[in-house]
Amino acid sequence: MPIDPSAWSRRRLLKTSAAVGAGLAMPHVLIRSAWAQDQAFCNNPSGDTVTLGFNVPQSGPYADEGADELRAFQLAVKHLNGEGDGGMMNTLQPSSLKGNGILGKKVAYVTGDTQTKSDAARASAKRMIEADKAIMISGGSSSGVAIAVQSLCQDMGVMFMAGLTHSNDTTGKDKRRYGFRHFFNAYMSGQALGPVLAEEYGKDRRAYHLTADYTWGWTQEESIKNATEGLGWETVEAVRTPLGAGDFSQYLTPVLNSGADVLILNHYGGDMVNSLRQAVTQFDMRSKQVGGKDFQIVVPLFSELMAQGAGEAVKGILGTANWDWKLDNEASKVFAKSFGEEYGSPPSQAAHTCYVQTLLYANAVETAGTFYPPEVIKALEGFEFDGMGNGPTLYRAEDHQCFKDVLVVRGKQEPTNQFDLMEIVKVVPRDQATYDPSIFGGELGPYEVKGCAA
Amino acid sequence: MDAIILQILNGLDKGGAYALIALGLTLIFGTLGVVNFAHGALFMLGAFCAVTFAKLLTISERVRDESVTFFEAYKEVPYLEIWYGDTGRAIVEWAVPLSIIMAIPVMLLIGFAMERGLIRFFYKRSHAEQILVTFGLAIVLQEIVKHFFGANPIPLTAPSALAGSADIGQWFGMTNISYPMWRIIYFLFSLLVIAAVFAFLQLTTFGMVVRAGMADRETVGLLGINIGRKFTIVFGIAAVVAGLAGVMYTPILAPNYHLGMDFLVLSFVVVVVGGMGSLGGAVVAGFLLGILQSFASMTEVKAIVPGIDQIIIYLVAVVVLLVRPRGLMGRKGVMEA
Amino acid sequence: MSETVLTSDKAMGKSPAEKDRKNAGMAGFLSSSNSDYLMAALFALAIFTMPLWLAPIGAGYPDILQKFAIFGIFALGFNILFGFSGYLSFGHAAFLGAGSYAAVWMFKLLSMNAVLAVAFSIVIAGIFALAIGFVSLRRSGIYFSILTLAFAQMSYNLAYSVLTPITNGETGLQISRTDPRVLDNMFREPGAALPVPDFFGIELQGWPGFYFCATLLVLAFFLTMRIKNSTFGMMLFAIKSNQNRMAYTGFSTRPYLLAAFVISGMYAGLAGGLLAVTDPLAGADRMQWTASGEVVLMTILGGVGTLLGPVIGAAVMKYLEQIFSSFNEGVLHRAFDFLTPELQDLMVGITSPFVGEGWHLTLGLMFMIVVIFLPGGIMEGLRRIASATRGRRAGSGDAN
Repeated sequence: MPIDPSAWSRRRLLKTSAAVGAGLAMPHVLIRSAWAQDQAFCNNPSGDTVTLGFNVPQSGPYADEGADELRAFQLAVKHLNGEGDGGMMNTLQPSSLKGNGILGKKVAYVTGDTQTKSDAARASAKRMIEADKAIMISGGSSSGVAIAVQSLCQDMGVMFMAGLTHSNDTTGKDKRRYGFRHFFNAYMSGQALGPVLAEEYGKDRRAYHLTADYTWGWTQEESIKNATEGLGWETVEAVRTPLGAGDFSQYLTPVLNSGADVLILNHYGGDMVNSLRQAVTQFDMRSKQVGGKDFQIVVPLFSELMAQGAGEAVKGILGTANWDWKLDNEASKVFAKSFGEEYGSPPSQAAHTCYVQTLLYANAVETAGTFYPPEVIKALEGFEFDGMGNGPTLYRAEDHQCFKDVLVVRGKQEPTNQFDLMEIVKVVPRDQATYDPSIFGGELGPYEVKGCAA
Repeated sequence: MDAIILQILNGLDKGGAYALIALGLTLIFGTLGVVNFAHGALFMLGAFCAVTFAKLLTISERVRDESVTFFEAYKEVPYLEIWYGDTGRAIVEWAVPLSIIMAIPVMLLIGFAMERGLIRFFYKRSHAEQILVTFGLAIVLQEIVKHFFGANPIPLTAPSALAGSADIGQWFGMTNISYPMWRIIYFLFSLLVIAAVFAFLQLTTFGMVVRAGMADRETVGLLGINIGRKFTIVFGIAAVVAGLAGVMYTPILAPNYHLGMDFLVLSFVVVVVGGMGSLGGAVVAGFLLGILQSFASMTEVKAIVPGIDQIIIYLVAVVVLLVRPRGLMGRKGVMEA
Repeated sequence: MSETVLTSDKAMGKSPAEKDRKNAGMAGFLSSSNSDYLMAALFALAIFTMPLWLAPIGAGYPDILQKFAIFGIFALGFNILFGFSGYLSFGHAAFLGAGSYAAVWMFKLLSMNAVLAVAFSIVIAGIFALAIGFVSLRRSGIYFSILTLAFAQMSYNLAYSVLTPITNGETGLQISRTDPRVLDNMFREPGAALPVPDFFGIELQGWPGFYFCATLLVLAFFLTMRIKNSTFGMMLFAIKSNQNRMAYTGFSTRPYLLAAFVISGMYAGLAGGLLAVTDPLAGADRMQWTASGEVVLMTILGGVGTLLGPVIGAAVMKYLEQIFSSFNEGVLHRAFDFLTPELQDLMVGITSPFVGEGWHLTLGLMFMIVVIFLPGGIMEGLRRIASATRGRRAGSGDAN
């Protein structure tokens, strides 16, 4: 990034304009921002642009999901800069967004490849912060990476708006002051899915878990186990499978003879595609009967790309999702239209969460009237909003987790078109998925960090 | 008892794939003296032959999709279906087995091109350099595939007549043993291919020369036999074997561009366990490791040694290399160090 | 000393490394051991000024320069084994990973002082290397490669899953505020923020972190140079050239090889420790076989058996990974904006498959080209260019 010699004068100018903007919004913000502007902080944007860093997997198994996230980020930047149809900028309530960039600065962005590896993701994030002077990092398609980047951002004093990450740990024991997650988590999946499972399959069921053998898999297994056992189900066995096992036959064969009548696949990505396909199309599990009951398969976390990968096998399988483009609300329609017109396909839930995170960050900056992270964080903490496609949503201050309705979805039996892979079974209200933040422990850490400005 | 039989079955279909990949690998090593780290990529290319073939069969007309109301979307109806109706649909359904027809010549050509274009310049160079250049090639090949097909796994299905599972317990008068049809077919198919390769090497003059070359390359060269041409053909055959293994594996494992790397390390272990350059060894070791891997995954076994299913393959390799470095069936004195 | 090295090189034939050293330029350079110091000083100068001369190509920021230095150390160490003795280990990343875990545990249990952590990582990696080397070196050639690969993969798989209590699995081992840190807490109260690794009070993030790594890189480089020119180094080259002959003359080669293996494992441990120092998180990914493959690529890319080659190779590789992968179409359009719009689109169309998400393709192609046409790596390329332009010229110094 070239050094701009005129930055000083321009910065002073912008300072004034930002203060004027904030003054229009609310008087106490003016005081706060005037104070905050004097703080030195990491990558305080000094030119007429502000740089956001989008850190997504571009190689490795989640590359396609990363590509979709990147599309959403680009669309969000476009909308923030006042180009295109504005998308969910028009539906967000309450909104301080103006469509002229963020605090009047044009939004620019840099991209990087996380490779779905903690090391690569942190190196990439560091490049964005140190070389490209990014003021905010977003993205990610796995919890390990999200947690790793989130703690880095805390150390550097740069905000992290997590993309797709579903582990309880992200806003649980590994939560950070500078990290925010809009996506739902494994616990919420369990709480939402449990009652629907009991409704559909009865309370007297015996479950067999296959779990990807790493942190996310374990938290998901635990969450689903707790939820189903609370309803009277029995857990026959929980077997750990190596990540990326590919062929799961040796783990699937014992299932049918174990006396279990439900198989729960705590897998994601390629593992989920393979284990589900093998269970359904090869081992024919869904046509079996155990003890007079139809054998069922459950995949607690669904995504559109995985549903595509699994093809026919996904039909009739229950799971949960954060968002779906077919949701019947104004914001979802607006976003699906905007995204569809831009790219020719509807947005995935990964794309949705990334888009929303970018807008929410921009909105928080506008509300705070400054890029100074502690003020932006305070603007996000406890922020209650609507019009982002999930209904009324709360960014809880205690753990920086968004609370909103959770979707229980089912692989569609008769898809009407190639994008129509899932149908929404139930929209589980937010209250049912809300929990006490203390159950996962962890601590957020300080607002003020020395960060990279020091 | 049932559980054990099922795990043996699991081991057999896994082992079929391992054996086929290792067979080509060891054939190349035995005759050409080349360590081919791009062999996993050949397996992957085979799988993508099936993907391409299925795509070709479903070349489609873009029709405006009326069910999407948000934006202009198109759906694709395969021409085969438009032109031939149900017959067309049946052809599309049988895409995977039918793609063998395309995979054989394509893989043969890829093999020829690889040998003529790259491998032959490395006959005289060290194993390390062979490993390195083929490793580079493997990266390039998989990136090209990623460029055209994306990173998401692509689902291909077995024809519905062969999908689902068969109650094979009944065939032998036992209960509770049902096993996926396609996996049984895969096992039989791998036996067929292995038999064909062995028959080719045992029964043809060409095979005789190749076997002679494996035993003593220099002498065969001195006899005035044009080894170069033979090498090309051997490499082509190895590529076809790996490719076929990949084609038929697609219904079991949705292929993505990374498939080759996942199998690469494994197949080397198989070759080493069987004995470098030993064809029989590769086959036996392939099935053996497949079965061992299945047993190591049983909860009863994992309860005794946690995590054993993650490392069993490597553990076997270490033990074999230390105790019997020429591998299970390697000849004495060949690559024994 | 170096005169003897050169004569023995002639006798040994022509591996790229020896060819490099036979080059007249090096001979003058190494005629006295003073030139060792001169070369190390030049190297140090080049390394410490990297922030200045690498800034124009977008690599003048601390993190990437830290990575250059750290992976330079890793590749230097790998080269002691592979470049000098010819033993191709495909599992070196296991030592890097072990070093990282050791350092983070040091941070957690005792102190945030980087010296302790780095020392501990070297020791742990050394012990680990001793165990694996002792077993693996019973075989040579490709069997050795497979054995090291198998050990590394076992370490990786276990670290990812079963050993999670020690490694924290997928998420990676991190420091937390509540760690005991016995030594530190004796002297000062734990603060509200996460502590940062330090060198007697200097926090090793950003630039100080780079200079810390760079200093160790220079030391490692100097040590490697001394090893190369020592009797021990000669032994390794002799083993590479013809192990049987060595054995026939009555030498037991195994102790030399094991020493080389352990030393190179300790270099890897140092690199792993430094990764943890500059960024206190250790993940299992560092141990995966592809990570081992990466150090092989670095060494080959730079020049096997040369001193400077591995360091250059490591830098090129990290540059590709970090900078090339960040070029998106917007960046490309800006790069070609001196062209007419049509030409611009054409150039972007041609180049875009090779950058951004396609950086792996560039890597693979580059690597193949090097192995096929330049077995001596970038160093050989530089020498060829140098000899084409000016005939005879001082060898390795021209990398700057």
